Amino acid sequence: MVTNNLPIGKTNLDIFAQTLIELAANDHDILVVTSDSRGSGRVTPFAEKFPEQIVEIGIAEQNMVGVSAGLASAGKKVFTVSPACFLTARALEQIKNDVAYSDQPVKIIGISAGVSYGALGTTHHSLHDFAALQAINNIDIVAPADNFETVQVIQAAVRYPRPIYIRFGKKAMPNLHSSDTHFEIGKAIQLTPEREKYDVALIAIGETVAPAFLASQALLEKGINCCVLSLHSLRPFDEAAVQQAAERSKAVITVEEHSVNGGLGSRVASFLMQAGVFRPLRIVGIPDEHTVTGSQGEIFNHYGISPQGISQTALRLLKKEAEQ
Amino acid sequence: MPLTPTPPQLSLEKIRLLESKSILYRRIILKMIFMAGAGHTGGSLSCVDILNVLYNHIMNISPQNFLEVNRDHYIHSKGHSVEALYAVLADKDFFPIELLDSIEKYASDFIGHPTRSVFGIEQNTGALGHGLSVSVGMALAAKKDGRHDRVFTIMGDGELTEGSVWEASASAAHYHLDNLVTIIDRNTLQITGRTENVLAMEPLEEKFAAFGYAVRHVDGNNVAQLAALLENLPFEAGKPNLVLAHTVKGKGISFMEDQFQWHHRLPTDAEYSVALRELEQAEKALEKTYGHQ
Repeated sequence: MVTNNLPIGKTNLDIFAQTLIELAANDHDILVVTSDSRGSGRVTPFAEKFPEQIVEIGIAEQNMVGVSAGLASAGKKVFTVSPACFLTARALEQIKNDVAYSDQPVKIIGISAGVSYGALGTTHHSLHDFAALQAINNIDIVAPADNFETVQVIQAAVRYPRPIYIRFGKKAMPNLHSSDTHFEIGKAIQLTPEREKYDVALIAIGETVAPAFLASQALLEKGINCCVLSLHSLRPFDEAAVQQAAERSKAVITVEEHSVNGGLGSRVASFLMQAGVFRPLRIVGIPDEHTVTGSQGEIFNHYGISPQGISQTALRLLKKEAEQ
Repeated sequence: MPLTPTPPQLSLEKIRLLESKSILYRRIILKMIFMAGAGHTGGSLSCVDILNVLYNHIMNISPQNFLEVNRDHYIHSKGHSVEALYAVLADKDFFPIELLDSIEKYASDFIGHPTRSVFGIEQNTGALGHGLSVSVGMALAAKKDGRHDRVFTIMGDGELTEGSVWEASASAAHYHLDNLVTIIDRNTLQITGRTENVLAMEPLEEKFAAFGYAVRHVDGNNVAQLAALLENLPFEAGKPNLVLAHTVKGKGISFMEDQFQWHHRLPTDAEYSVALRELEQAEKALEKTYGHQ
C-alpha cells in the first residue's frame, strides 16, 4: 500500500494483542479463542502471559465459534481470533445461529482479512465477509483503519453487549488520527476539514482509508476538495454522516477491500438512493471476477484501490458530472 | 449390548412418579403437534424420557435459579424435537402451559425449534451439530471458574454425521470435560430411513471411546435405568460422558413406534384419539403395577 506522507505505525493486530494484554491484566474473564492461529493473530505473548485465558481449539473453526458462544453464555468476554477467510465462511452458520441469533456477545476477530494474504490466493482471501455478515441480523461489523481506531474498538468491544465482528489486515498501518479524536462504534470519522461544499465524498473502510486520504491530498493540489470519511463501522451504519457527506458533495466514491457486491459501496448506494440523495457514485473494490494474483499492494493497484487509482476515478466522475 | 441394571436404590414412588410424568409429557407433546398441525412427533417421543429424568431427577435447574450461572445447564442440540422440551419446561413451571396453545402461531415465541425467547431455554438450536460445541464452551467456562455445574445435551443419532460433532468431541476430551454429559437419542431412524442405511456411523461406542469419552449404554426409554446411570456422574474422572441411549422413535404410541414416517408425520383425528386411548391404558397399567397414588 502506498503510504507516503503518513507516519507509519504498527500492524493493527499487534495493537489489538497489546491492548488485550493491558485489559486482561485486570479482567480474568477475558478469553482468547484460537484455531492454531495464535501466531498469525499476534496473540502468542498474550498466551504466554495469561495461559489460563487462551483456549486453543485447533484447526476447527466451526467448533471454535460454537465453543465461543458457550463461553460467552457463561459470562466470559470472548475474543475469537482466526483468519477472516475461514471464520466467516466455514463457520458462518455458527456465527449466524450460535452467536448472532442466540444473542451471545462474542467478539469475532477476523484476521488477515481482504486480500492481506496476497499471493496465497482466493482460498485465503475474504472478500465476502461484509456481504455475508450484513445479511445476518444482530452482529455489528467494524474494520479499523489505523492503530488508534484499533485500540478504541477493542476497548469498547470488551464491554460491548452485542455480537461484533472486527476485521483486521496484516500490514503495518499509517497513523491517521490524533489521540484526541472522538471514536465511537457506529460513528464515522471525518479526516478532512469540515466545509459547506465538497467536490467529492470519499467513503472508505479499514485498509482503504489511507489511500483514500492520500488521494484527497493529491486532488486538493488540483483544487478539488474532498470529504474523506473513515466509516469504520459498517453496522451500526452512520446514516447521518454519509447523508451529510453526500449532500455536500457533487459525487460519491466508496473504497473497500471487499467484493463490490454487498459491502460498503452497496450499503452506501442503497442508503443514499432510499434517502433521496442522488449523486454520481462509484464503488471501488474487488470486481466480480477471479481476483488477479499478486501481493496485497499489487492487487490494490490493479483494481485502483490506491491514491492514484482513486484520484483518477474521482477526476473521471467529476468530468462526467460536469458534462451532464 | 450391556445395559445398566435397574437400581435398587431408586424408590418405587420415584419410579412411578417419573413414569407417570412420561405419560403426561407424551400427552402434551401429541396435543401440541395435533393442535399446531406441525411438529416432530417421532423424535420428541423418543427423547422425552431422557428429558424427564434430567429435569425431574438429575439436573439442578429450575425457574428460580435459571438466571444464575452456578447451576446445571441443558442444550437441546436435536432442536427439531422441541415439543418434548416445551412439555417438560411447562411442567417445571418455566412458563404457563396455556402458552403452548400458541405453538407455531403468528408472532409466537413457541416456534418449531428452541429459542431463548422462551424462559428456560439457554441457546437457540435447530441447525444440527451445533449444540455440542456450545456445551463444550459452557462446560469449559465452569471448569475455568472452579464451578461444579454440569452441562447436558441431547443429540439425535442422525445428527452424528455432522462433522462439527466430532470437532466438538475432540475438544471435550482435550479439555477433560467430565462435567459435560452428551446423550445420544439412538432411535436408529432419521427422516429418510434407518440411520445405518442413510450413512453408516457404527460402531458408535468405539468411535466415541476413541475420541476420549467415557461411554455408557442405557435403555433411553426406561426412566429407572436412566436415573440410575445418570446418578453416577462423572462416569470416569477427567473424561467427558457419553450416553448411548437406545430409544424407540415414536415410543409410547403403538402405530408410531419405529416408523421413520413419524419423523414429522401428523396424526389424523382418528389416530390422535387412538393415541390418547393408548396413553390412558398406559396410565391404568401404571396403577395396576404400583397401586393408586
